[in-house]
Amino acid sequence: MKLHTFKIGGIHPEENKLTSDVVTKVASLPKQAIYPLSQHIGAPAKPVVQKGDKVKVGTLIAEAGGFVSAPIYSSVSGTVFKVDTIFDATGYRKPAIIINVEGDEWEDSIDRSDKLETLANHPELTSEAIINRVKDAGVTGMGGAGFPTFIKLTPPPTAKAECIIINGVECEPYITADYRLMMEHADEILVGLDLLMKAAKVDKGYIGIEENKPDAITLFKNKTADDSRITIVPLAQKYPQGGEKQLVDAVIKRQVPAPPAIPVNVGAIVQNVGSAYAVYQAVMKNKPLFERYTTVTGKKIKNPANFLVRMGTPMRDLIEACGGMPDGENKVLAGGPMMGKALTTIDVPICKGTNSVTVLTDNNARRKAVQPCIRCAKCVNVCPMGLEPYLLATLSAKQNWEKVEAEDITSCIECGSCQFTCPSHRPILDNIRLGKSTVMSMIKARNAAKK
Amino acid sequence: MEKLIVSLSPHAHGNDSVERNMFGVIIALIPALLVSFLYFGLGSVVVTLSSVAACVFFEWAIAKYILKKEPTISDGSAILTGLLLGFNLPSNLPIWIIFIGALFAIGIGKMTFGGLGNNPFNPALLGRCFLLVSFPAQMTSWPVVGQLSKYLDAETGATPLSLMKTAIKTGDASVLNKLPDATHLLLGNNALGGAGTIGEVCALALILGLVYMLWKKIISWHIPISIIATVFVFTWLLHLANPVYANPIAEILSGGLMLGAIFMATDYVTSPMTHKGQLIYGISIGALTVIIRNWGSYPEGMSFAILIMNAFTPLINTYVKPKRFGEVVKK
Repeated sequence: MKLHTFKIGGIHPEENKLTSDVVTKVASLPKQAIYPLSQHIGAPAKPVVQKGDKVKVGTLIAEAGGFVSAPIYSSVSGTVFKVDTIFDATGYRKPAIIINVEGDEWEDSIDRSDKLETLANHPELTSEAIINRVKDAGVTGMGGAGFPTFIKLTPPPTAKAECIIINGVECEPYITADYRLMMEHADEILVGLDLLMKAAKVDKGYIGIEENKPDAITLFKNKTADDSRITIVPLAQKYPQGGEKQLVDAVIKRQVPAPPAIPVNVGAIVQNVGSAYAVYQAVMKNKPLFERYTTVTGKKIKNPANFLVRMGTPMRDLIEACGGMPDGENKVLAGGPMMGKALTTIDVPICKGTNSVTVLTDNNARRKAVQPCIRCAKCVNVCPMGLEPYLLATLSAKQNWEKVEAEDITSCIECGSCQFTCPSHRPILDNIRLGKSTVMSMIKARNAAKK
Repeated sequence: MEKLIVSLSPHAHGNDSVERNMFGVIIALIPALLVSFLYFGLGSVVVTLSSVAACVFFEWAIAKYILKKEPTISDGSAILTGLLLGFNLPSNLPIWIIFIGALFAIGIGKMTFGGLGNNPFNPALLGRCFLLVSFPAQMTSWPVVGQLSKYLDAETGATPLSLMKTAIKTGDASVLNKLPDATHLLLGNNALGGAGTIGEVCALALILGLVYMLWKKIISWHIPISIIATVFVFTWLLHLANPVYANPIAEILSGGLMLGAIFMATDYVTSPMTHKGQLIYGISIGALTVIIRNWGSYPEGMSFAILIMNAFTPLINTYVKPKRFGEVVKK
């Protein structure tokens, strides 16, 4: 059988999935939990607690700070220590709520039983009810970017959703959090998909899974064998298949036009498996988003593992639980090696979008010396967006913003395939990011002036 | 608190390198190199070795004493230029001429523009063409294969391409009957005696190199195949129209076509960046080669065709863009 995949470009990084068969452990509670107020794209959340307030697991501590925003719930019980700023993953000071943990007392409204609730047993759940519940529970994309889920479910009037695509690709090397979630909570994910389909008023659902996860493909195929609305789509292994546009292309063979178009413009709403699971918990168990699956991994980590972790837990706790930081020079990533962010400190918390803590050591942590561009065109061949990375990088370095905009720099998804493949180890994406962010702010200013 | 290394993503690299690509091409040249030793013996050893040595020396010296920057001999690009220049020369060429060619190739062709990655023209071809116009007599005397212990004193003979030229000039198609058959052209031990430059005689060895480079993903098929296909189709049409033009099989197996199509036109630095652009470039090179071969004053047009298209590469890069993702929405 010919496997589906996206049409242009792509690379095959070493998988390094060290933790595929490591059953998820429940991470121990931290002494102190930290909640940055900006865990998603859009406006930061607004704190609704003060120093000294008592909170339980599942208590609202910050409300949505605008339309594109999401509330934050406490993942621990205890006392608010302070509402202050902390160094976040990027090394800047950002506002956060810090809670001292005392015991483990949950809000009574949360259903903590394991009983599977299905949509068939809850006819009272309308599309609006589901969307409101997802919005109130603070569910955001759990794959990385962290876009609030309810917004995706209410597309602009110009677009019509036709299907939900569940992203079970996990094409980043090292990370296995989504895979473990699929293996351990397949039923809940399928109910989550059901809820998403009902919310978006569509009757077609797809789950895209790469061929390197045959057990997950078989499991989901068996579980959906009687359901003609759901199609499991095995995908050929290729990075960046987990990118929304690539996944839509791979699964339903439609290409999302250049920005500002989004997948729903071609009829698709893409949700990560983690988000589908969070939707299930939010709607059926009344459980807001405050814990998630996270992989802690690295070739030099003694016992790499998958955790069910309360958000706000410092990464240091998880790394310690896996045997501590390796000797030598380390680079610690929130996320995987292709798109993860390198941290300045490991005293930052697990947030809604933290799918992995990846520790790269020594040779893997350092970049190699840059050589001149030999114009081998490999970056052009691997770019999944059909761009010319060498050109965008050069034009950006020369600050030729008009030209770089005309060359469609805003279509870049920053997947890093170009830099990964460059024989001269050139910092292609560094330069493109500079050009892209400059062009984006120019476009924003231009649009503001028009209004 | 531990010190951490910080940089922007991606944090992984595919372990490809300039060296891997350069030495990959050099490995792909080994079959042709061995065949040249087998056919031309001493002459080919002297010419190739002195060409490589001279190119490496000039690159090192110019980088160190004129540009005053760290020489980058280890990237393999100077060795490659030297090998390719040597491959484009007759095996009885005196060493001093080879040195002049190497100085022009590296000095003018490459370092003047800033070294690796910046040269608009293929340095080895520039060196060859400079020698061809400067020393036309020495550059067009072709030793007969099999004189293993001879160098400057090797006996010379006519090449298949000069025979083709004679046929066209005299309008006498029967001259072409003297052409070796395809098997001999493929292997390089042609019956005429005069074989050609060191590297171009055995098409089979060059094709082996192509297969290796395609397998290792050093180059894509677009440039070599489009050149060979264009020459084949163009010469076939000519041959059908008038038998005074040689048959297409002989055309693609003779002269520098395989060497040029596989190793010279595919030079990263001087060829277009997109597959579409590479096809335009390859087809143009093929067409120009046939035009020069049949209606120009030189019997072989490959080098000039490639250099002409090198000049068009920036233009092709400007106007031929890859297909952007999402340009066309499929319904």
